[in-house]
Amino acid sequence: MNDRLRYVLVLTLITALSGLVLGTTEHCTRQPIKEQYRHQQLQALRTVLPEVDNAPDRDTVTPAMQSSTGAPSTPTTYYRGRRRGEIVAIAFQVEAAHGYGGPIRMMVGVAPSGELLGLAILQQNETPGLGNRIEEEGFRAQFLGKGLTASRWKVTKDGGDFDQISGATISSRAVVEGLSAGLEGYLRHKTIILTAPTVQP
Amino acid sequence: MRPADIFIRGLWSNNAIFRLVLGMCPTLAVTTSAKNGLGMGLATTFVLLCSNMAISAMRRIIPGKVRIPAFIVIIATFVTVVQLVMEAYAFSLYQALGIFIPLIVVNCLILGRAEAFASRQPMLASIADGAGMGLGFTLALVSLGAVRELLGAGQVFGLPLPYSSFHPMLLMVLPPGAFLALGFLLAAINSRPKRKPPATRN
Repeated sequence: MNDRLRYVLVLTLITALSGLVLGTTEHCTRQPIKEQYRHQQLQALRTVLPEVDNAPDRDTVTPAMQSSTGAPSTPTTYYRGRRRGEIVAIAFQVEAAHGYGGPIRMMVGVAPSGELLGLAILQQNETPGLGNRIEEEGFRAQFLGKGLTASRWKVTKDGGDFDQISGATISSRAVVEGLSAGLEGYLRHKTIILTAPTVQP
Repeated sequence: MRPADIFIRGLWSNNAIFRLVLGMCPTLAVTTSAKNGLGMGLATTFVLLCSNMAISAMRRIIPGKVRIPAFIVIIATFVTVVQLVMEAYAFSLYQALGIFIPLIVVNCLILGRAEAFASRQPMLASIADGAGMGLGFTLALVSLGAVRELLGAGQVFGLPLPYSSFHPMLLMVLPPGAFLALGFLLAAINSRPKRKPPATRN
């Protein structure tokens, strides 16, 4: 019995010490970690937006989702980039669900009229050497300046306007599908996005 | 044994990867580049050093029957500290290593040293053992990472090779390349004849 009490005491002591150490560390790193995530977000926004003079991550709109199909989906947050108060571009995240190695997360920037201005792949798990070539400049560049209605948003193989990467049709198709769905979502909420007042998060 | 001998033993003659072949999971998974290997190695070294110190300090009060949960709590605490610090101050490395940072908890090298060494030895020896074993692990991860990065991507620590005609073998940075590179490295290192046969068994 005495022994058991000792086990309990020693383990309690160790876990209490451990809790103390963890609490202190968490307290000290909380702010820097927040900064890191914000920095990463800003970095991604900067790559897809043209020159802006505001902080797009502090100027957001999240319209309530009114999906045309009625399927539940997570609302998209739109980041507005301004120059002298005027909205010059909008950035938002797009997830292409049907990548070869799972979903592909992308950040896109569009002009207020809906043409694509920038595209960055945030996270993908495609095959190295084949599918992950969607990150290459050459593949991404073909989407720039394209709007939803002016192009056929399919890969060439499916009769569309965009070249697929040879050997990685599935990945290319996923990107094209994701982008067209993203642009569609933007156009659907365009009025709200362009007119809603700035809300400080 | 003097602490210096313990350190050298951990670093080379009992090297965790090249001699004991311990802790293979992170070794094979994160060594796609020399930088990732270095990051993983240093994170593991920090955890090993701290856990060896803590366990050696508490070796007289931890009862034998509950030593494993006690060791795991101690190790997990230091791993979480490393994880938070990396997330705060080495964010790109944190993202590159991903799930393998929390998995340092189950690296059998660390629990192995706690069980076989730190729980029986005084503080100074345990520090030497943790530093030697940890840096030996780091050395192995960096060399494996460098070989794979060199052959698979044509660069080392992100610096490209001067020969532009070199065509990288993508295979080497893919999972099979980890096994191939490790196999050849192990063979090369263990093919060297030992300088002297061990005098006594311990």
